[in-house]
Amino acid sequence: MMEFSTWDILRNLLLAARWTVLLSLVSFIGGGLVGLLILFMRIGKLKAGRIFARGYIELFQGTPLLMQLFLAFFGLGLFGINVPAWLAAGLALILWTASFLAEIWRGCVEAVAKGQWEASSSLGMGYVQQMRWVILPQALKVAVPPTVGFSVQVVKGTALTSIIGFVELSKAGTMVTNATFLPFTVYGFVALIYFALCWPLSKSSQILERKLNVAHRNH
Amino acid sequence: MTYVFDFSWLGEYMPVLLKGIGITLQLIAVGAVLGISLGIACAWARALGPKWLGGIVAVYVELIRNTPFLIQLFFIFFGLPSLGLQLGELTAANIAMVVNLGAYSCEIVRAGIQATPRGQFEAGASLAMSPFETFWHVVLVPALQRIWPALSSQVVIVMLGSAVVSQIAAEDLTFAANFIQSRNFRAFETYIVSTLIYLALAILLRQLLRGVGWTLFPKRATR
Amino acid sequence: MSLIAITEVKKRFGDNEVLKGINIDVDPGEVIAIIGKSGSGKSTLLRCINGLESIDDGSILVAGAQLLPDELHLKALRLKVGMIFQQFNLFPHLSAGRNVMLSQMVVKKTPKAEAEVMARKMLDRVGLLHKFDAYPDQLSGGQQQRVAIARALAMQPIALLCDEITSALDPELVNEVLAVVKELAAEGMTLMMVTHEMRFARDVCSRVVFMHQGRVHEIGPPGEVFGNPKTPELKQFLGVH
Ligand SMILES: Nc1ncnc2c1ncn2[C@@H]1O[C@H](COP(=O)(O)OP(=O)(O)O)[C@@H](O)[C@H]1O
Ligand SMILES: [Mg+2]
Repeated sequence: MMEFSTWDILRNLLLAARWTVLLSLVSFIGGGLVGLLILFMRIGKLKAGRIFARGYIELFQGTPLLMQLFLAFFGLGLFGINVPAWLAAGLALILWTASFLAEIWRGCVEAVAKGQWEASSSLGMGYVQQMRWVILPQALKVAVPPTVGFSVQVVKGTALTSIIGFVELSKAGTMVTNATFLPFTVYGFVALIYFALCWPLSKSSQILERKLNVAHRNH
Repeated sequence: MTYVFDFSWLGEYMPVLLKGIGITLQLIAVGAVLGISLGIACAWARALGPKWLGGIVAVYVELIRNTPFLIQLFFIFFGLPSLGLQLGELTAANIAMVVNLGAYSCEIVRAGIQATPRGQFEAGASLAMSPFETFWHVVLVPALQRIWPALSSQVVIVMLGSAVVSQIAAEDLTFAANFIQSRNFRAFETYIVSTLIYLALAILLRQLLRGVGWTLFPKRATR
Repeated sequence: MSLIAITEVKKRFGDNEVLKGINIDVDPGEVIAIIGKSGSGKSTLLRCINGLESIDDGSILVAGAQLLPDELHLKALRLKVGMIFQQFNLFPHLSAGRNVMLSQMVVKKTPKAEAEVMARKMLDRVGLLHKFDAYPDQLSGGQQQRVAIARALAMQPIALLCDEITSALDPELVNEVLAVVKELAAEGMTLMMVTHEMRFARDVCSRVVFMHQGRVHEIGPPGEVFGNPKTPELKQFLGVH
């Protein structure tokens, strides 16, 4: 058996962590775009859109991410193509992220005072103009902390893609464990790397939140 | 696409599914009761307890909230035996869920405690209650009532997250689905069925927790 | 011809009939004070005239055009009739000047430079030109309300609806807002205002409407309504016996 130094273990894990970071970025950005779409359906004027968005959110938030990954993997497989794990992983994570971001952002839009709608109405603005110039700029400000906070869930969510065979940090952890028989050390390192990725995000979310609250109190 | 859906296997494998559902329910029942209890204890430690204890709890909470549940599970199941702590799959799964929910509910309950008006603590003190007595008799119940919706959502999230315990061969609903699809070669249909079962469980669990909220906190004022 | 013609207007919220057939005709340049107990439907009436609530029955004509609940008609109406709210409702993310410029630019498509000239003019009119770059949270309540007035005026409406615009203000700030309104009235602006400032209503208004349980209970010149109330409800409201 090959000898692994602690540094070898760490180096292998860090190399794999690049894929965790990349997949997180793709999921977060893609999920943000799809989430915007779902958001506008959810708060829009079209009843069918609202119903669809509610169903979408309920479905993706009411079922395990792992099941969504399996369904993406085997569902795409039905089209006869050999599905690479990264594709299924990216697709499922994007759709899953979108459902949460849409719901978070809806809360932010609804947090804008009713008087803002009325005042802009009384000035003759239409729905789109109100959204663009009055509501969204205010919603955006309160949306930043919870959005940053949710990015932590996305990073952690990518760990599940190891189960459908995408080689990222968690999968690398299992592979290195199988080669070294040092589960305690390896999974300890894996956890610490995740922590190093997530904790700064959690912390900045908290700090942003606090700043926002202070700004609000000054009103 | 010429794929023909086939659900004819459902009858044959129903007992396997039911057993998996049973394990998933058992996991979340234990996880919720013990996890929330742990969370309350930790919230007390962080909000009102001695500083050193609050510090330890803070580290625990941050570690858990910033690492994936899957890795926590692997660490407990594969990692702890090298310290001489050998655990069965179900025990490891149970522990992982309690530890995980404990950290999240700690933060949620703490927010509820911090939203308590100062006057409540002062009233308790003025009635000669000790700080802990004030916490237990005066502060805790309204705090829990305040954050019950958030706590309920977290329990549902942990239930859905429990799908990964199949990865250490704990025989939950996902494990059952994995088993079935390896026999019937109908992976997509199998996961659709198990996904819908999870959806139903999530909806039922949410209703159940709402009911629990109503019985635990019958019409008391929150503020 | 009257500028605002309100005929048999009815409004229900569920089973609660809040307006039970309102008739008021407002001539150009008139200043109407609407008084009455809380819950008598004063706000709802103003909100109906501005199209913030749809009416269930009757009709509202503004400058001869009927109020219809589609976006195009609503926009046309709101270009003619401005509204000032009790809670100011300034846009908190925009400076005072930007607050006044925004709707000109996005609704009327006024070029930015022109909108800015107008904004300065209107802020000057309410005595706040020096606060052009201040944000709402840097202004006192009275100043915020004056910016809100400037914002409505910048759309060059032919009438203004004011719903208890001094009720959220500290007492010492009430007069600076009322002074602005008084000036507008003197310049010939048509005003309908819900108010609890009885002295102001008596001094400035051409007519006073007393609303009671969703109806116009009494209406007339201030001298008559305040000096010689006919119904027991108005007497009780005014505290005369
Ligand atoms: N959006 C609404 N939904 C239901 N009821 C309302 C609504 N707005 C006002 N009301 C009811 O209409 C009645 C009149 O309210 P309002 O016009 O605000 O009275 P005022 O301004 O004279 O105090 C009240 O009984 C109030 O509860
Ligand atoms: Mg009112």
